[in-house]
Amino acid sequence: MQDLTILVNEALGEVAASPDLGALDEARVRWLGKKGTLTEQLKSLGGLPAAERPAAGQRINQAKERVESAIEARREVLARAEVERELAAGRVDVTLPGRGEQRGGLHPVTLARLRMEEIFRRAGFEVATGPEIEDDFHNFEALNFPPNHPARAMHDTFYFPDGRLLRTHTSPVQIRAMLSQGAPIAIVAPGRVYRCDSDMTHSPMFHQVEGLKVAENISFANMKAALHGFLQAFFERDLAMRLRPSYFPFTEPSAEVDMSCVFCEGRGCRTCKHTGWLEIAGCGMVHPNVLMASGIDAERYTGYAWGMGIDRLAMLRYGVSDLRLFFENDLRFLEQFRAL
Amino acid sequence: MRIPYSWLAEWVSVPWSPPELGSRLTMAGLELEALAPAAPPFSGVFVAEILSAEKHPQADKLRVCRVATGQGEPLQIVCGASNARAGLKSALAVVGATLPEGLPIKAAKLRGVESAGMLCSAKELGLAESSNGIMELPSDAPVGKDLREYLVLDDMVLELNITPNRGDAMSIIGVAREVAALSGGKLSEGPPARGECPSTISATVGVHLDAPAGCPKFVGRVIRDVDNKAATPVWMRERLRRAGVRSISPVVDVTNYVMLELGQPMHAYDLAKLSGEIRARFGLAGEKITLLDGKTVEVQPDVLLITDGAGPVGIAGIMGGQRTAVGPETTDVFFEAAYFAPDAVIGRATRWGLTTDASQRFERGVDPSQQERAVERATDLLLGIAGGKAGLASVERSDEHLPTRPAVTLRRKQLARLLGVGFDDARVRASLQGLQMDVVPLVEGWRVTPPPHRFDIAIEADLIEEVARIMGYQAIPEADAQVPQRFGSLPSARPSERDLLEALALRGYHEAITYAFVDPQLQARLFPDVAGIALANPIASDLAVMRVSLWPGLLKAALENQRRQQDRVRLFEHGARFIAAEGRGATREVDTLAGIAWGPRLPEQWGLPRDMREPVDFFDVKGDVAALLAATGALAEFAFEPHALSCLHPGRAARLLRKGEQVGWLGELHPSLVKALEFTYPPVLFELDVDPTLAVERPAYREVSRFPQVRRDLAVVLDESVALSNLTERVTFTASSLLRDLRVFDVYRGPGIEAGRKSVALGLIFQDISRTLTEDDVAGIMVAVVADLRVSLNAKIRE
Repeated sequence: MQDLTILVNEALGEVAASPDLGALDEARVRWLGKKGTLTEQLKSLGGLPAAERPAAGQRINQAKERVESAIEARREVLARAEVERELAAGRVDVTLPGRGEQRGGLHPVTLARLRMEEIFRRAGFEVATGPEIEDDFHNFEALNFPPNHPARAMHDTFYFPDGRLLRTHTSPVQIRAMLSQGAPIAIVAPGRVYRCDSDMTHSPMFHQVEGLKVAENISFANMKAALHGFLQAFFERDLAMRLRPSYFPFTEPSAEVDMSCVFCEGRGCRTCKHTGWLEIAGCGMVHPNVLMASGIDAERYTGYAWGMGIDRLAMLRYGVSDLRLFFENDLRFLEQFRAL
Repeated sequence: MRIPYSWLAEWVSVPWSPPELGSRLTMAGLELEALAPAAPPFSGVFVAEILSAEKHPQADKLRVCRVATGQGEPLQIVCGASNARAGLKSALAVVGATLPEGLPIKAAKLRGVESAGMLCSAKELGLAESSNGIMELPSDAPVGKDLREYLVLDDMVLELNITPNRGDAMSIIGVAREVAALSGGKLSEGPPARGECPSTISATVGVHLDAPAGCPKFVGRVIRDVDNKAATPVWMRERLRRAGVRSISPVVDVTNYVMLELGQPMHAYDLAKLSGEIRARFGLAGEKITLLDGKTVEVQPDVLLITDGAGPVGIAGIMGGQRTAVGPETTDVFFEAAYFAPDAVIGRATRWGLTTDASQRFERGVDPSQQERAVERATDLLLGIAGGKAGLASVERSDEHLPTRPAVTLRRKQLARLLGVGFDDARVRASLQGLQMDVVPLVEGWRVTPPPHRFDIAIEADLIEEVARIMGYQAIPEADAQVPQRFGSLPSARPSERDLLEALALRGYHEAITYAFVDPQLQARLFPDVAGIALANPIASDLAVMRVSLWPGLLKAALENQRRQQDRVRLFEHGARFIAAEGRGATREVDTLAGIAWGPRLPEQWGLPRDMREPVDFFDVKGDVAALLAATGALAEFAFEPHALSCLHPGRAARLLRKGEQVGWLGELHPSLVKALEFTYPPVLFELDVDPTLAVERPAYREVSRFPQVRRDLAVVLDESVALSNLTERVTFTASSLLRDLRVFDVYRGPGIEAGRKSVALGLIFQDISRTLTEDDVAGIMVAVVADLRVSLNAKIRE
């Protein structure tokens, strides 16, 4: 029997020097395998006196255990190193962009419109629509515009040869909705409208939303509350609102709606022409002639109506300064509105 | 309407500064659009008199003047104006003066002659657009007086936006009435106190009201021996200027002045050019008149004319005629102040592209009681300026045709109901009376008779507006409506618009908004068989016809982006397209969702397989469309059928059917159009009718199998002409209800496959709901499928 201490030290040395798991395994086979050097030592027990055998066997086994646990410890170290090597090799540059399609987006005017619709839906209004090619009755006559009335001249109307026209406002939807639903009614009617006019602040096609609420005892005071409530909800802030007397054939009394400028908080800036106010809508109490033309008892019911430019809402919300940008469909512009 | 503050103040005491006045008027419905000083800032300019004007020794065009300034010795001023002459009173900027735009006046030497200041033209002082020489001030102008003081230049001009219902406010007196109503102040009688100008001659012109409904009142007056070459006094010219009216001659200036002041448009005829008597009548077919602006127009039988023995001399309430126009040589004039009914004027002027100060007022309604006053005022002013002798004012009227102002009842309860707030009776009454309304108390409210100048008070709501206006809309509180709760409908078949648009946004598309009218040429090229509805008055020739598809707009938008160096475009639009339908005036407006894809399949990025860098093709966009269709929950109802529109590539186009009904199109743009439009890659387009295509089926639950599924793959070689849909139809039919899913995982052409044939690889997935399928079950089905395909589609099975 060889000197166990020497053998163990030799084995431990080999284990510690194993550079990888393969070498470590070879060392294990060489020392602890069936024909391993330390295993072989057990075979030499037969040559010992019986009385010495147990003690010698125990020593050999202890030596094997020492080597075995050294191998285990070494295995763990090497395994961990291997995992780390693999991880290091598998590292990617996480700043590279993700793969695939990029998100598109909705048009800012649509975003503003959907937001407006949502706010009014929550307040109990339904969304109504109507045709864009209208007739004189719905666009003018039923709205109390007599033929040749000067107020018609303010609507630069696109006509078709047969006398029909492109609606100049969303107000005809009022008439259609009242004729089909009667009172009480609460609707908002957004959509495209058309006027034969084009410059910095006018586009021949733009977007309006009409609001209408008719019931028993609807008052001017209710209209004020509804418009102010909407504006605060839409712009997500406290803002002042004022109504100024104005004129629309289809409402009486009529008013222009100003809100405190959202850019300067009413202190005065370029957007509000240093007045502190932004004109944002027209409104009024539905003219009895309009109720009557829509088959509604004008003595029993009262109501309010208002019209607002959606493009203007969008311009104010997103800080867009030129209306025409909305209709150029420049991707560099549209891409700025990816957010939901 | 431009209202000089100082002129207004002559008619009513204004307790507010100009800005405050502007804001009060704005809050009463006369919106202030601009507030501007009557003159730009300048200082050190005085009234001065030229004592002598000698030719400059070194310069032909310069004069050396001795100018009295009212203080000390006269100054020596060198002046280049040809009208610098002895005796003229003019404006002198002395040394130390500052002219508009900060120009300082210093002592100077002009061609060797000292000049101690500068004689100024109106233009140099910012008082005129152009000037002919230095200012000519009246001979009674006080020498030495500061010019700003003398001309009341420290004045503000309010530019008011008058709504079409308020013709009564289109004058100084009209705005003054409003100020009086708002301030509780009193309207003055105006200058001069309303006295009559005595007539000194008997001349008159006979007037006949042949169309009394259109012209129920005509006041005329002859003025003889007028000097129309006299200078209009500077105070009148100043007021006209501030009101935005050019000074022309005493006669014309006076008529304009009276119109601005009283709101009554007037006309002056050269009496010498009038022949015979005046008639107000409607036009005859084909009748022509040459107007003051030199334009000859043909009138229609609904156009009211003023005529004399030789034909038309003016279009009533719009513009006078050239034949009888007043000129510098005119000595005798005939004034007209008439009442023309709005219905007889409205809409006519625009036929000839005209809008005149007169037509604007008559269309909105002119006070029918003020014609006599206007003529008096004009006579008084003209005699003072240009001399002359006045005839008797003649008044022709047809009382039954003059407008009346019926009384309107205002109920206290209705006032409170409509406004949502009640007002004290006394305040209601006072606010109406302040507007010159006659108010009689009733038990339930008031009986109110509006004054003759108000054309907009016909019903109770009109009075309620007046009360609210005078009280101020800010006096009405905000209050929530008490309305019974109602539940609106929420049809489940209609997808939320946001979800729909969002589905495309998630697939890389940006929403576009294009005009609903498009280029007729482009549209005809794309859709030669569909007639678009043309506008009668398009704003531009390339925006002249209503779109029959969203593609013309999207193609244009894509091209614009290509031009802007975008390498890839994904755009969609949601909106109406307009299809002419059977019957006159019938149009179908189809709610449409359309898109265009152009450029590489995916945005440029690292690590893409080569084929993903290729330009987009039919199947990429079909995938986008399928994603929309999948959202209906009824994918099985859809079919794509090869069917090319003429604008699409005949081999790469399909129409979309839902339950056999055509609901949309999909395809690559026809190569000839790709070339003609100069696209660098062929774009792929789709268009869907929203309602039928995207109606959602409510999902109905089906049991999920707990048993394993079995997959068998099958590769079949088919003729090119066999569409995949034929193949899947046969397989689905033969494979029975145990086939749970059928996938196409490869389509191959090339080596190993004969020309004209293709290999299609299918994955068939079987599963039963109640048991585990056996090998025999599946093998049996596969044998049947293969046998059927051999027979029905001439398929060969690839092993």
